[in-house]
Amino acid sequence: MQRLRETLAACKARGEKAMGLFMTSGFPDPESTLPVLRAMDRGGADFIELGMPFSDPLAEGLPIQRASERALRAGTRMQDTLRTAAAFRAESDTPLLLMGYANPIRQYGAAPFCCDARAAGVDGLILADVPLEEQAPFAREAAAARLGFVSLIAPNTPDERIREIDETATGFVYAVSITGLTGSGLGALERVEAYLRRARSVVRKNPLLVGFGVRNHADAARLSRHADGFIVGSALIKQVEALWDGEPKPAETRYEAIRRFVRALKTGDNAAQEETR
Amino acid sequence: MMEKTRPLPDERGHFGLYGGMFVPETLIPAVEEVRAAYDAARRDPDFQQELDAMLADYAGRPTPLTFCERLTDAIGGPKIYLKREDLCHTGAHKINNTVGQILLARRMGKMRIIAETGAGQHGVATATVCARYGMECIVYMGEEDVERQRLNMLRMQLLGAEVRPVSSGSRTLKDATNEAIRDWVTHVRDTFYIIGSVVGPHPYPMMVRDFHRVIGEESRRQLQEAEGRPAPDAAVACVGGGSNAIGLFYPFLQDPNVALYGVEAAGEGLDGRHAATLTKGSPGILHGAMSYLLQDAEGQVQLAHSISAGLDYPGVGPEHAWLRDAGRVRYVSATDEEALAGVRLLSETEGIIPALETAHAIGWMAEGVRGMARSEIVVANCSGRGDKDMGTIAKHL
Repeated sequence: MQRLRETLAACKARGEKAMGLFMTSGFPDPESTLPVLRAMDRGGADFIELGMPFSDPLAEGLPIQRASERALRAGTRMQDTLRTAAAFRAESDTPLLLMGYANPIRQYGAAPFCCDARAAGVDGLILADVPLEEQAPFAREAAAARLGFVSLIAPNTPDERIREIDETATGFVYAVSITGLTGSGLGALERVEAYLRRARSVVRKNPLLVGFGVRNHADAARLSRHADGFIVGSALIKQVEALWDGEPKPAETRYEAIRRFVRALKTGDNAAQEETR
Repeated sequence: MMEKTRPLPDERGHFGLYGGMFVPETLIPAVEEVRAAYDAARRDPDFQQELDAMLADYAGRPTPLTFCERLTDAIGGPKIYLKREDLCHTGAHKINNTVGQILLARRMGKMRIIAETGAGQHGVATATVCARYGMECIVYMGEEDVERQRLNMLRMQLLGAEVRPVSSGSRTLKDATNEAIRDWVTHVRDTFYIIGSVVGPHPYPMMVRDFHRVIGEESRRQLQEAEGRPAPDAAVACVGGGSNAIGLFYPFLQDPNVALYGVEAAGEGLDGRHAATLTKGSPGILHGAMSYLLQDAEGQVQLAHSISAGLDYPGVGPEHAWLRDAGRVRYVSATDEEALAGVRLLSETEGIIPALETAHAIGWMAEGVRGMARSEIVVANCSGRGDKDMGTIAKHL
């Protein structure tokens, strides 16, 4: 939690937009998740969201659905995700959050889960199907384990509710860019920007990060003008999918391609981005 | 036994531990809008009048309560009455709910309707009311169900609905529901989601129950006329999501003298592949609510199995979870084989071919109520007719 707060504050102090990156645990296969995270880290991730695969991920578009299914088919369990987190933490200080759905956490037990996540060096928790109304049992245990509890807002969330969400969230407020799924198109950018300006004026306590549908540096730069940073998930998952399922390449080439893709997301170095396409 | 307490669910849609609204933030304004609109509609005499008129003049209510003499003799126990939801327009109880929800959608000015379907009965009932009111209708249906219920898919298409086959995950009702929810997230502003059972986020489990209460309420009046008393000694209904069961049970919940039996699908047997969520599952969160769930130790939802597409679902309505824990309803189960025996039994004794879903209740009764006295009365919900299942039935009988 402290680590996440400090990182986001440091980005702000440097006048930079923070870049959060999502990757599904157990994807593209259980052995490769850690080196993929490593490549993302080297590419310049300011924080990482490690996705906990779930059988029924109803906020996800096809790329993350596929990644989740693939991870589960490969036998990824919550213990594997926590082990991956711990291994990442052993070699990096970049903040790491776990993102997923309520049921696997409930089944694990919210208290032991938060405790074990904390012990693995995790900094926060994001649950896509747990709104304000249902968050108490999860948020309480997260707080007890000193994990951030990130809450989401959407374009159709009224101001008053955004205020309430900002009050209870810890870590940051996650502005879902569109009424839609992860990996959807952004639609009319003017509309997204108007919503982000509104959110910006209401969210006071927490940093505001924008995600869903951010595919490249141009999207990221434009949208994060109204926020403290951006989050990319599906676009990165698709890159990894293409690298692993396309023609065979040496492992090092793949990880280097991920690093460059990530780098390009942040800096807009188009050469790097084109090359991995 | 249940105490007479405040009505459930509470304001946030909880039935004790169960229910609630576990949905992405994007859907919160939508479920809140539905809740507020339903709250206003249920108090509005005009809405009630419109609903009653549609149920009477279009859906075909009241449905008869049929005394089944030969079935009673064949089982050799209590007097058996069937509540004839199979005689509703479209062939199942599902239309009670879709009529209610389409009227609500119209009040809310939502012209795009989506639905999920398993057996296709809810999809047909939704496509039907959409045709009646000239509204756009999109139905999500698992690919496996499209295969085993092809006739219902054709019916939906004839009614002007677009059927979208779902190829992800189980390729049945669970994933059709995921896709419908994803559609709702994406088109949240102009779309009304007509959920087909007493599942999903608040207010759906309450609202769908309320639209089906008419089943039990009519049964009370009809039994009063036939037998001089409104309450039977037992009521029986099949349970997938649990809408026909809650509709029959609800008006009897406060009467401790009425034994209530919900019959789940035991599939190939409770130790094999089945869909007996309340019998073998554990509490968990799926499709917007906490309820019982078939899941593994990791909280991943498991595939259900039933010969009946309508019961082939790893979840169940949260009110049933509460009634199970409270001990008010006994949840039992019937296998695929027992259901097929139920089809044959009811067809041969009464000239009524039940849907495979309904046949689970009939099949269970053959043993389940045999011990009751001949003077006792059982009302079973004949929730749907079997025309749609003739393909499957032909394969097995």
